[in-house]
Amino acid sequence: MENTTHMTSTVRLRTWRMTKDVLARYGVAIGGVGVIIALLLIFLYLFSVVIPLFRPAHISKGVSYPIPGPTGSQTLHLAMEEQHEIGSRFTDDGKITFFDTSNGHIVLEQVAPIPHGTRITSFATGSPSSGIFAYGLSDGSALIGQHFYTVTYPGDKRLITPHVSYPFGETPLSVTAHGALVHLAVQADEDSGTLAGVADSGSVEVVRIGRIRSFLSDEVRLDITHATAGDTHGPILELLVPPLQRSLYVAYRSGEVDFFDITEAGTPQKIQSVRVTAPDEELTAITLLTGGISLICGTSTGRIAQWFPVRSDKGIPELTFIRDFHAQNAPITGIKPEYGRKGFLTYDAEGVLGIYHATAHRVLLTQELSPAGITSMAVSPRADALLAHAGDAIQFRLVDNEHPDISWHTLWQKVWYEDYEKPAYVWQSSAATDDFEPKFSLVPITFGTLKAAFYAMLFAIPLSILGAIYTAHFMRPEMRQIVKPSIEIMEALPTVILGFLAGLWLAPYAEAHLTEIFLNIFLTFPVIFLVSYLWSLLPFDMRSRIPEGWEAALLVPIVIITGFIAHALAPGIEDVFFGGNIREWITHDLGITYDQRNCLIVGIAMGFAVIPTIFSITEDAIFGVPKHLTQGSLALGATPWQTLQKIVLLTASPGIFSAIMMGLGRAVGETMIVLMATGNTPIMDFNIFQGFRSLSANIAVEMPEAEVASTHFRILFLSGLVLFGLTFLFNTLAEVVRHRLRKKYSSL
Amino acid sequence: MRDWIKSGDPWVWLSAGGVSVSLVAVFGIILLIIVRGLGFFWPSDVMDAVVVENGSPSRLIGEITEEESIPAKLVDKTGSEAEDLDTLRKRYLVKVGNRDKFGFDFRWVPKDSIKETRYPNAVMVVERREWGNLYGYIKSVSVDGKVVAEGESAWTKLQELLPGIHALHDQIRNIERDEIGSINYKIERLRLKKRKLELANETDPEKFAELERQKEELNIQYKAFQDQLIGLYQEIGKDSFTVEIMDGQTVDIPLSKVVRAYRPNEMGVGSKIAFYAEKLWEFLTEDPREANTEGGIFPCIFGTVVMVLIMSVFVTPFGVIAALYLKEYAKQGFLTRLIRIAVNNLAGVPSIVYGVFGLGFFVYFIGGWIDEALFPEALPNPTFGSPGLLWASLTLALLTLPVVIVSTEEGLARIPSNIREGSLALGATKAETLWRTIIPMASPAMMTGLILAVARAAGEVAPLMLVGVVKLAPSLPIDGNYPFIHLERKFMHLGFHIYDVGFQSPNVDAVRPLVYATAFLLVVVIMILNLTSIAIRNHLREKYRAIES
Repeated sequence: MENTTHMTSTVRLRTWRMTKDVLARYGVAIGGVGVIIALLLIFLYLFSVVIPLFRPAHISKGVSYPIPGPTGSQTLHLAMEEQHEIGSRFTDDGKITFFDTSNGHIVLEQVAPIPHGTRITSFATGSPSSGIFAYGLSDGSALIGQHFYTVTYPGDKRLITPHVSYPFGETPLSVTAHGALVHLAVQADEDSGTLAGVADSGSVEVVRIGRIRSFLSDEVRLDITHATAGDTHGPILELLVPPLQRSLYVAYRSGEVDFFDITEAGTPQKIQSVRVTAPDEELTAITLLTGGISLICGTSTGRIAQWFPVRSDKGIPELTFIRDFHAQNAPITGIKPEYGRKGFLTYDAEGVLGIYHATAHRVLLTQELSPAGITSMAVSPRADALLAHAGDAIQFRLVDNEHPDISWHTLWQKVWYEDYEKPAYVWQSSAATDDFEPKFSLVPITFGTLKAAFYAMLFAIPLSILGAIYTAHFMRPEMRQIVKPSIEIMEALPTVILGFLAGLWLAPYAEAHLTEIFLNIFLTFPVIFLVSYLWSLLPFDMRSRIPEGWEAALLVPIVIITGFIAHALAPGIEDVFFGGNIREWITHDLGITYDQRNCLIVGIAMGFAVIPTIFSITEDAIFGVPKHLTQGSLALGATPWQTLQKIVLLTASPGIFSAIMMGLGRAVGETMIVLMATGNTPIMDFNIFQGFRSLSANIAVEMPEAEVASTHFRILFLSGLVLFGLTFLFNTLAEVVRHRLRKKYSSL
Repeated sequence: MRDWIKSGDPWVWLSAGGVSVSLVAVFGIILLIIVRGLGFFWPSDVMDAVVVENGSPSRLIGEITEEESIPAKLVDKTGSEAEDLDTLRKRYLVKVGNRDKFGFDFRWVPKDSIKETRYPNAVMVVERREWGNLYGYIKSVSVDGKVVAEGESAWTKLQELLPGIHALHDQIRNIERDEIGSINYKIERLRLKKRKLELANETDPEKFAELERQKEELNIQYKAFQDQLIGLYQEIGKDSFTVEIMDGQTVDIPLSKVVRAYRPNEMGVGSKIAFYAEKLWEFLTEDPREANTEGGIFPCIFGTVVMVLIMSVFVTPFGVIAALYLKEYAKQGFLTRLIRIAVNNLAGVPSIVYGVFGLGFFVYFIGGWIDEALFPEALPNPTFGSPGLLWASLTLALLTLPVVIVSTEEGLARIPSNIREGSLALGATKAETLWRTIIPMASPAMMTGLILAVARAAGEVAPLMLVGVVKLAPSLPIDGNYPFIHLERKFMHLGFHIYDVGFQSPNVDAVRPLVYATAFLLVVVIMILNLTSIAIRNHLREKYRAIES
């Protein structure tokens, strides 16, 4: 009985032990594979954040309902407010209908104060975000209005109320005395407004309305300037006045665009007349991109071209062709700019909708909305919804188009930005204004990264490889025991300290003592050469006092003394060759910009950070060369140097290569030194005396300010991914080479 | 000569030169940090001199902090009597203090314009809580607006009064920061509790009333502390003293603004050493003052230590298990190659990439999810959905994982196989062998790995800037308020402190010594950690060699 209980307990114990063993096996295996999972997770997560940048746009199926408001009248204009809850429709009978975008129910209907006896003959809108619109009337006058929305929260629910006001009064302002206004353009802000119109007779009129507030009372007086800019010479498509109200574009159906300077409204100046279409094309639609600098022109062949004024050699702005898109085939009938981005929507005669982004040169979507064709369209201010008047219905669709502004082209190729004289690589992620064109070229910062790595390697490779050769091959073991850990402990030195020393100690010192730094760089090795020659001349018994393998110790004081000599000589040399001030000599005589925190400083500081990495791995590779190879070579009469050259270095070369790769990986990813020792300006210049901005420093500087999930945020993740990719490449290469080397050694 | 070149000797020497230059650089950097860092606390003598510039003499009281030689024409174009503008001239950077009066702390003074240098014993340095140091001569001490001591006796009176003032100051700070801070914290928790009840659609008015009652109680306590504070402020504001500064004006300074007053010229070596120790202690244990430019770095040390500890909790088990798998369980083959490549890449991925990953994945993804699931009452204010201690620790755990793996693996590899075989032969299962023999034997190696990981984490800054470090944290991550360890709080860090103070501070000259001192501390900690790990490793090697033979 007792025996059986004993037996069962033993069995139970054994089962329990075996279970534990199996559990441990799987637990540990999961832990081991966890490392791969961690690496994959980093990669995949970064990737998943970046991917939305390159997705095309989508539009929802949406809803469709009969046109709200007057049925017999023509739609002049459609618009939507911020939350895309309320749409508005402007018709040629002067009615403004506000409706619920989800079902078409009318929220508010208003009638513009058009005087009796006049008709609406033309219509214009100001910059979309201002809500400004204007009616051109049959008596040659124009009425400027504005629609805006207030948001209240009665009972914790959002309520948006539309309003219409007439900022320059409800009486129309006279634009021309030569008949009805057949074309109109308007722009207005707090202080002034501009109207440009074409009368029946064909004369182009410009009216500037200044709002003058009297100091004593709240009375506002209007100051009106009239001028005629000339006569038209063909059928007009559109008049355009940019929001700054300094220029006027008169676009003809033939493709001609006349460009006027109306900074002085009283004296419009014609600057240029240019054809924006190909000879066999007609201009069918034209609009200003947000910010009012670029013109987007749609033609009868479905081509869309971007033009903007570029300063010519003479300093005069000239309309210049920038880029075009060939995604649609039917004549473009309308173009709608997005409010805050350089994107736009187009529709053509076949009812096809196109979504584009100008800077990114990207076609995000082409899709047929309605075979009946589209008469009018509106984009919501956040570009996340659209209203289309197609046939007898209004379609309301949601647009998913988060990141149109990024493409392979904007990231890695030269892009012609607005206000730039030619295409360029630029990184400039933010600015004060809303209609700013973000410039996300990764080229300057990748260039900065590589530039820093290049100068660092220039400094680190000779020192560390020479040092490793000597330490592994020539040095006495007693000395090696001290030297190797001493240099390797440098690797543990926080880079923030190296960066701090570089930025706050070395940079100002180098600026004041540039000659000394260069003297040190160019003097040290010749002096060592000289010392070694003198040493060889010494009598043998003196030389033998210091055994071979201790040369490095002997050289330490020499290096220090050289430093002092350079310090002492520098002022004299500076006096003789550089007029006493090398810093001025560089800026004035060589014409090179000198930044205090420059690439020389980074090269030295980051060189120091990289030396231990390269040194340690190279040393291991050289030290690991099987001893029988070197001994065989020495026994056959080769000198130590010959043995090194012909046997050791050849055998260890893969190891040295992998050391350099590892060092490069470290230099590319280093953040703090670069952040602290350069000015972090994203310029592209190989000049050693100038700063730069690297990928890593760029992330450190801009990430805390980037709005989550914005394009900027995702681009910073993309630059993280680029860094990850670069270092992954270097490290894997190094690891593979090293693995081969290990195999080779074991077979030797 | 040709024979000599042919012999290859010059190349050997050249390669020796590589070692020498590297060594000089390594020790040079460390020496530079030591000298600059340690010099900061030493009370240097204060000179009282007459400076003749542009022909007119003026008085200068201050400490010489730096000197340099530069071409004369850069010093001062209208220099006193330097005719030869191309010669070198020495100039000094003099700390003159009294920023509130002169607008600057430091002044460059050409050496030859300094005349009649004296080092009078009576010159006094006053360390203030605001506006930095003040240099000058004490004139009088007053209590309640009445002068109680003048001349030399004012100095003794000042020293007599200061300890009492400091005690009051500590009391005020204690109430303001700890007591009132704690009450505010509790009130905030009550607000969250109430919000939670509202979110749960709780209708029982009793529960809300209970919260209101608690809040009322706290408000009463708060009021009491407020009254106490008013009394203390009156008490501390009574005393003041007057000082004559270098341009002859007399400045009235309330004693409550004084950290300490001392006369460096009068101190002997012994008292200077004592002073040095006191300043060093203050540096290590006090909070920073004046936007981190003065005072101590205690919160940084504390933040770094706490972060590193939490990181260790995550990284040790994971790293050790991965190493065990690689060495003890896995068949050496494709999978282990893959894992090794992964480990090497994890070690090589730039630290800033970890920061980006940590910010996106830990903070916004996981943290945002935790907030929605567990802390809906605090929304839209993030709890874990913003950078903080936990995420920083996790990010660094990932970053230092390879260090622990490589080190542990090396330790496991060194354990002689006859020990495993012996254990298995006696009937132990593999798990038991590992648990009872291998892991205890390899534990020093794991320790080494952990120490190296800690050293790496203590010096890492770039990723921390994104996942939780701030320049000035209002409260420590561990304090007396429930739940005591606040994993979601932002914290301060030594490395980031160096970056922030050195590069974001408007008055670079004034903060540079402080940054050197911080850098010195960081270097010392990291060097000690590294040397310890090297020592443990060497010790282990010897031990295993003994077992094997």
